[in-house]
Formats: sequence, structure tokens, C-alpha cells
Amino acid sequence: MKYIDEFNDPDLARRLLEEIHATATRPWALMEVCGGQTHSIIRHGIDQLLPEQVELIHGPGCPVCVTPLDVIDKALEIAARPEVIFCSFGDMLRVPGTDRDLFRVKGEGGDVRVVYSPLDALDLARRNPGRQVVFFAIGFETTAPANAMAVHQARRLGLDNFSLLVSHVRVPPAIEAIMTAPECRVQGFLAAGHVCSVMGTAEYPELAERHRVPIVVTGFEPLDILEGIRRAVHQLERGEHRVENAYPRAVREQGNPAALSMLEEVFEVVDRNWRGIGRIPASGWRLSDAFRAYDAEYRFDVTGIRTEEPAVCRAGEVLQGLIKPTECEAFGTACTPRTPLGATMVSTEGACAAYYLYRRMADGPAQRGSRIPREELNSIG
Amino acid sequence: MCLAVPGKVVSIDHRADPMTGLIDFGGVRKQACLEYLPDVRVGEYVIVHVGFALQRLDEESARASLELFEQLGLLEEEFGDAWEQAARQENGSEAR
Ligand code: SF4
Repeated sequence: MKYIDEFNDPDLARRLLEEIHATATRPWALMEVCGGQTHSIIRHGIDQLLPEQVELIHGPGCPVCVTPLDVIDKALEIAARPEVIFCSFGDMLRVPGTDRDLFRVKGEGGDVRVVYSPLDALDLARRNPGRQVVFFAIGFETTAPANAMAVHQARRLGLDNFSLLVSHVRVPPAIEAIMTAPECRVQGFLAAGHVCSVMGTAEYPELAERHRVPIVVTGFEPLDILEGIRRAVHQLERGEHRVENAYPRAVREQGNPAALSMLEEVFEVVDRNWRGIGRIPASGWRLSDAFRAYDAEYRFDVTGIRTEEPAVCRAGEVLQGLIKPTECEAFGTACTPRTPLGATMVSTEGACAAYYLYRRMADGPAQRGSRIPREELNSIG
Repeated sequence: MCLAVPGKVVSIDHRADPMTGLIDFGGVRKQACLEYLPDVRVGEYVIVHVGFALQRLDEESARASLELFEQLGLLEEEFGDAWEQAARQENGSEAR
């Protein structure tokens, strides 16, 4: 079993898989919310090791992928200004805006810098009082506390040359949007473990109850994912819909109180556009009024943004779990990680990139959407 | 950037503002903000995301994750040179 041997504990993996195979009697569709989980699933071929009845649908949990095009275009415009030092996490460099990306802006003379932490950007602001330092504050609940701290510090230090271009998104409203979509096929969720490290699990019981859907908080290592699937299938087979924490080593029910209170102070909940998906009510954060002076959208008058998504790109459907990346016409032909048409191909956490990187290696480029032959799975179930 | 990497707290600077510690990620050492785990101690393992410690972790699971990240080349992705990675994509010498 070529895949199983790559697990860090192959015996445990085999036992979990056997139990999933023994438990699943009917078809079930589970969505893993987090892009890190998608990556791990495809990389380890977990979807291929599961019984035929258990299907994994990839969720929208890649912050790079869901950052809306108009925000990317605003970032590009701000980054190109001579007075600006534009700071970003490295994985935003190649996300396509309407006609270029940050990598290109840098090539054309923009002062674009990659930072590891928003505090590094704050430090740049301190050391460059004559410049405007703008940090591209994207990400889910896991990243938001860091960005909140950066802007909180900026205010305390009286640094008026620091601002955030904010595009934060929140997971629970996305789950709500997925469950209420008419084409929804999702019957259970593997919730994103590190999001819950910060937020805790308080937001989920109500969702699980109202949509009668099991939600299992899951880490993103292969064994964590198998355990999450095992528990979700177990619940589904018994007609249950509870919130379970399958990642207790990093997730406490109450989350991280210090981080939560910082979020509360610095951000307020707003509707947000998700790239490829559209507007989801209450699905994001922006800086609260007290911190509005540090909002780059207020500080820089970014007008005349005209956005245009490539017509062939079906990232929106991929992000909602309606199609698999391989069902997109452009997958692996016009669209590759070198020539990405959509953010789901450029981000390493994006579903299209994960399929391109791992599935093509396994299947060869010609066999689009094919599954690894069942014979290879003989040792299972 | 989505990655949250486990590491061991090597030292803590209580006077730094915000409170900061040196974290060892299986050999790579980096500073991280400890404000969100104010009572963390030297020797404990924590999960670090974009330079912030977010939760504690037991030693055994921390070691197991680090080993896995190393095998998958994820540490390189997290701590490596992003410009180089972007340039590699641009030049098409390699997918990532
Ligand atoms: S393969 Fe490329 S064009 Fe197709 S949905 Fe994915 S990112 Fe968009």
C-alpha cells in the first residue's frame, strides 16, 4: 500500500481505515473546511483510501483563494505607489489580480516585501518613518489575532505610517452559506482545527443542530483527518449530529481567551465577498471604528478598480464543493501553478494546486478525474 | 501561511512589548509573540501561526507533527524564501 506506508503511523492509519470501511453502509459526503486539510488529503491519497461510499468535498478554507479580486487589485494599486512599503505573506505574491500580481508589481519597481509575521511589518514602519507601511491582512480566525495585535501595537506606539488592508473571513458563516445553498450535498463537516484553537467550539452546536449536520473539529495531519472522518461517519450512520472535538491536543472548548478579547476590541463583523463565491453575510471582519485610521482602504483613495475574472475559471464551484478541480476545462492545460487562472491554482493550499501537484503525479496528466484502481487498495477493508 | 507549526519555547523575554519568546521548530529558531499565552513557560510546546503562539501542545504530538512537516517539505515552504519560490513558479522550472 504505497500511500499508507507514508503515514507517520501506518498501523494506526490502517486501523482507522478499517473501521471507516466497516462502519460506512450508505453514501456520505463530508466537507473538509480547511485548505491545509485538503492539501493533506490529496497529498496522502486519503480520498482514495476511503470506501467508495465516503466522498470528501473540498471546502472554501484557503484564505489566499477566497480573497476577492477587488481586494487583490486594491493591494496591487497600493503596492505600486512610491511612498509605500507593501508587506504580505509570501503566498500572496502570485495570486492573480485582474492584470498582474504582486510579484510583477515588485518587478516593476514597487517596494513589496514578504514578512513572516505582521509584527515584522510593524517593525518596518518603526524603522521607516518617512514611508507608509501597509500590511496585507488576509486570513481566517487563526491569522486575525496576529493582525489585530499589530494594529493595536501601532496605535499604542503612535505609529501613524502603518495600516492594514483587511480581508479577514470567518468560517461559521461559510458553513451556513454552504448548508443553505440549494445544490448542497454536504452531510458532515470536518471543521478547521486551528481556527478552533483560537475561537473554541461555541459557534458550532447551533449550526450542527439547525442543519442536523455532524461537525467534527479536526487537525490537518493525515491521522487527524482519518479520525475526523471516522467520527463523522459514525455519527451519520447513527443519525446523530453533534459537535465533536477530534483535535483536543490543540483545541479547547473556550478557544484562546486572550486572542478572543483582542479580536473583539480591534475588529467588527461585516458582510464579505468571497472570491468565486460572492457575498456571505457576517462572514468577515474589518477594523472597528476606534481603529479606522489604520485601515488602508480609508488611508489610500483606491478608486477606479475594475475587476474581471477569467471566464473559464470555475474556482467558485471548486470552492463550494460543487465540482472537483479536474472537472474544470482549463485544469492542467491553460491553468497550471505556473500559469494560474484562478487563486485555487496558485495557492499551495488551493484545491486546484493540490490536485495538480499530487494527483497528476499519481495518475499522469492524461487521466483526468480518474481514481486510483481499486485493486491497489486490496489491503484495506 | 495557513500552517501552524509546533515548536518548543526556548526562552521568554517578559520585558519585550509585546511579550516575545524564542521558539525552536526542530532546529529552525524564530521569535514569536507570546501575548496570547501569557502564562507559558520555557520548555513547553506551543503551536505558532504567523509569529504568534496560539495554544499549548504536548511534547509527543509536537514532535510527531514536526517530523511530518519536515518530511513533507512544509517547513521550507513556511520559513523558506518566498521570492525564490515565486520566481521558481514564474520561470516554470518547477511547479513549486
Ligand atoms: S483549474 Fe484553474 S481555471 Fe480551473 S477552476 Fe482551478 S484555478 Fe480556475
